[in-house]
Amino acid sequence: MTNSPSTAPLLDVRNLSVQFTTRGGTVTVLDDISFTLERGERISFVGESGCGKSMTALALMGLLPAMGRVSGGQVLFKGEDLTTASPARLRRLRGNEISMIFQEPMTSLNPVFTIGQQISEVLRLHRGVDNAEARDRSVELLQAVRIPDAAARVDDYPHQLSGGQRQRVMIAIALACEPEILIADEPTTALDVTVQAEIFALLRDLGAKLDTAIILITHDMGAVAQMSERMLVMYAGRRVEEGQVANVIKAPAHPYTRGLIACVPHITSDVDALVDTLPEIDGIVPPITRFGRDECLFAPRCAKAADECWSAKPQQSDIAGHSSHSVSCWHPFGTEGSR
Amino acid sequence: MNFLRQTAVRLGYAIALLLAVVVLNFVLIHIAPGDIADTIAGDMGGATEEVMAKIRADYGLDKPFIVQLGLYMGNVVRFDFGYSFFFNTPVTSLIAERLPATLLLVFSAQLLALVVGVVLGVISAQRPNGMLSHFVTLLALFGYSAPVFWTGIMLLIGLSLMLPLFPVAGMVDARLMDAPMWRQYLDVLHHLLLPALTLASIFLALYSRLCRASMLEVLGADYIRTARAKGLTEREIVYKHALKNSLGPVVTLAGLQFSAVVSGAVLVETVFSWPGLGTLALQSILARDTPTILGILFFSALVVIVGNLLTDLVLRLIDPRIRSGGG
Amino acid sequence: MKPAADSAPRRGAEIVDKAQHPLREMVVMFLANRAAMVASIVLSIVVLAAIFGPMLHPVDPFEMVWAPFTPPGQEGFVLGTDYLGRDMLAALLNGGRVSLTIGLVAALMSVFIGISFGALAGFYRGLVEEVLMRITEFFQVLPTLLFSMVIVALFGASLEVVTIAIGVVSWTAVARITRAEFLRIRELEYVTASRAAGASNVTLMTRVILPNALPPIIVQAALMVGSAILFEAGLAFLGLSDPNVVSWGQIIGSNRPYILDAGFTVTIPGLAIFVTVLSISLIGDGLNDALNPKLRAR
Repeated sequence: MTNSPSTAPLLDVRNLSVQFTTRGGTVTVLDDISFTLERGERISFVGESGCGKSMTALALMGLLPAMGRVSGGQVLFKGEDLTTASPARLRRLRGNEISMIFQEPMTSLNPVFTIGQQISEVLRLHRGVDNAEARDRSVELLQAVRIPDAAARVDDYPHQLSGGQRQRVMIAIALACEPEILIADEPTTALDVTVQAEIFALLRDLGAKLDTAIILITHDMGAVAQMSERMLVMYAGRRVEEGQVANVIKAPAHPYTRGLIACVPHITSDVDALVDTLPEIDGIVPPITRFGRDECLFAPRCAKAADECWSAKPQQSDIAGHSSHSVSCWHPFGTEGSR
Repeated sequence: MNFLRQTAVRLGYAIALLLAVVVLNFVLIHIAPGDIADTIAGDMGGATEEVMAKIRADYGLDKPFIVQLGLYMGNVVRFDFGYSFFFNTPVTSLIAERLPATLLLVFSAQLLALVVGVVLGVISAQRPNGMLSHFVTLLALFGYSAPVFWTGIMLLIGLSLMLPLFPVAGMVDARLMDAPMWRQYLDVLHHLLLPALTLASIFLALYSRLCRASMLEVLGADYIRTARAKGLTEREIVYKHALKNSLGPVVTLAGLQFSAVVSGAVLVETVFSWPGLGTLALQSILARDTPTILGILFFSALVVIVGNLLTDLVLRLIDPRIRSGGG
Repeated sequence: MKPAADSAPRRGAEIVDKAQHPLREMVVMFLANRAAMVASIVLSIVVLAAIFGPMLHPVDPFEMVWAPFTPPGQEGFVLGTDYLGRDMLAALLNGGRVSLTIGLVAALMSVFIGISFGALAGFYRGLVEEVLMRITEFFQVLPTLLFSMVIVALFGASLEVVTIAIGVVSWTAVARITRAEFLRIRELEYVTASRAAGASNVTLMTRVILPNALPPIIVQAALMVGSAILFEAGLAFLGLSDPNVVSWGQIIGSNRPYILDAGFTVTIPGLAIFVTVLSISLIGDGLNDALNPKLRAR
């Protein structure tokens, strides 16, 4: 990576925090998240369900649920802070410059409109094209996402398509306006393995063609290796590790990342060594009410937990030798001679 | 192709239901005390046994049950429901004269209840704890608990007698016989408004509550999140993406209510002297005019069945999944 | 059964947390519903007035006691007199007896028919279900009021005929609910277990499945009492009730021609019906909350 420091990144998220206000009080679901994304870059957010990766995506889109609000930090998109942007401004960006596809292709399309109508809608909204042109463009987009016989299928309703085809339609909708950023929230979780690979290939190809940056949200380390250059591991609303995918997989620094990688034997060859250290991650994610406390939230599940882990939040630190690899842990692997 | 087959099945089923109503009619005549001969004899002021036997033979009443049923069905298929001795008219023409008024009342009440109910439901779904939501809940309680004929009388006292805004009774103003057609239509509309509103009051809040619940559910659906991610305005999301999806349950419920709407129409017609089947039914019951009563029962079932078929049709228009016959 | 309060952030949810026994949980949930509580009190007053009122106010509701259309409160007539100069209070109290009795008996009858149809259809499936549900649909197609008008017309307007006419036409909703519950419950493990233990079909239906199917049926039954009262009022309003007894609907029907002279003769009995049915439906709502707290989504 040869980023010149003078040009601002496409997306620069700085110390983003999100709180939910519930009957039980206020909980911090995202705690001090920072990362950057360059034009055309592909990054993965990894973690168990409930770790805040989807919430990060919704916060970027300005689509937090009603009980949630950004309680701190900035989301700088091409230098503009989206956390303070007006609802109208956000609507102009959504589906246009920042798009999103979701986990459930079966239910993410509106069942009472044809897929052509649903693709045309974004084109008419953001590109101001007329009906006939929107329809022609929809057929082209369906071809681009490799749906066979697109000219005929454009008038189909979602229930006439398979899950994989519906996800392709979702991708067509998301990419219709050639966005700068595409957020893919577990786009293949609900699909067959063979279809998964096809969808990832499609996303990679189209992303490269349109120079669209892709944020993949997943809990599947295989998908990470297939899809992205950089990865960010999240746990309990916090970022625990970030770095180039190859570096992180080769030498995970955070005990949690190690556990995640060990759960997927096929992506790394020296599995045995890892399995010896941490065969699986014991315990469960802490309840959301504990999020945001001044302690390491992974400590209850960590073999290396010591006093300081229970009394203070670990700060982010770079790992020697890898400028872009950082970890938030009191006792990371590979830095203090634990091996 | 699929559509045609489905429609054919539905029609066949509707006809079977109607035939069942005819059989029920016939059974009712049979198990009820007294027969046509008694009625005619009553009209004549008494008759001898021979005359009675003659009448029974004339009407086929001496034949076996199943033969009589066959004869009755044969007549019904030709839309012959017998002769009303009370009105001195064939039952079919009596009903033909009254049916349009009932259809007008029933369908405009349903339409009014649906349109207003859906609008109230959609608006209150956007603010589930707002004033309007509570108002709709209150309205629902009122609509369910107040006797519809009493609601009608209260409206009549308030809006026709105390404030003379609406006519007190009937469907047309006789003084407008020579007025232009549009003026007469307007007059019917003027007469229609209070009865339709009264009848709609039972169902309006029912629909709006279901619409509100259905909207709230739909607004949480994944495809609404997709619509938001597309950058649509809240207005487009609610009125385009959510509304069409939440109409299905409401239309289904409205279809199930057709029978209740016709029942309610009998009471409302009586309150407002609306010249429909309901007032005819009451007159013929008080006059013990059995052929007319049974003819009305048949035609009211027909109205309900046609209403249900229409409901099916509307549901197919709304939801493509039903259209293509998928579960 | 675990208290389901965590999923239902409602009034009384915290109280329910403390109640362990399911029955106590239901009672607590019901008591926490303020509208249902007020409605229970109002309904109790109505019922007590119907039972004891005629004894405490022993005036013949058919007897002409004063000038017609005496307004309420005048000449010692709390609710005034009707178009024949009869005491409205006496009519209202005696009418309440009739309206409530017919409502209750007719509702019980339709609940019994509905449970029988629904249980048999849901338990035996196949041809039995097909036939029973077709019959149910048939009854749904006939406008209920017209159908019972016909029955009353053919068999005479006595209390018994009116009650039967209401009960016989209004059971379809109960049948549908019962069938749905039976279809759901018959697949559950404890039913299979009882079957394996050698329970007869009758035992399975009445002792195993029915008790578990009751909650939604009870709610519907409560609402049925309300609609049966409205139904009776409708028939009586049309003049199709026993001419020898007073009922609320009948008071409205007979005084209807004189609304211009004395609106109160129609307004008061209507209010009585309204308040009674409203109380019953609020109690039904409360029962619904108490019996299926999980199903509420308000």
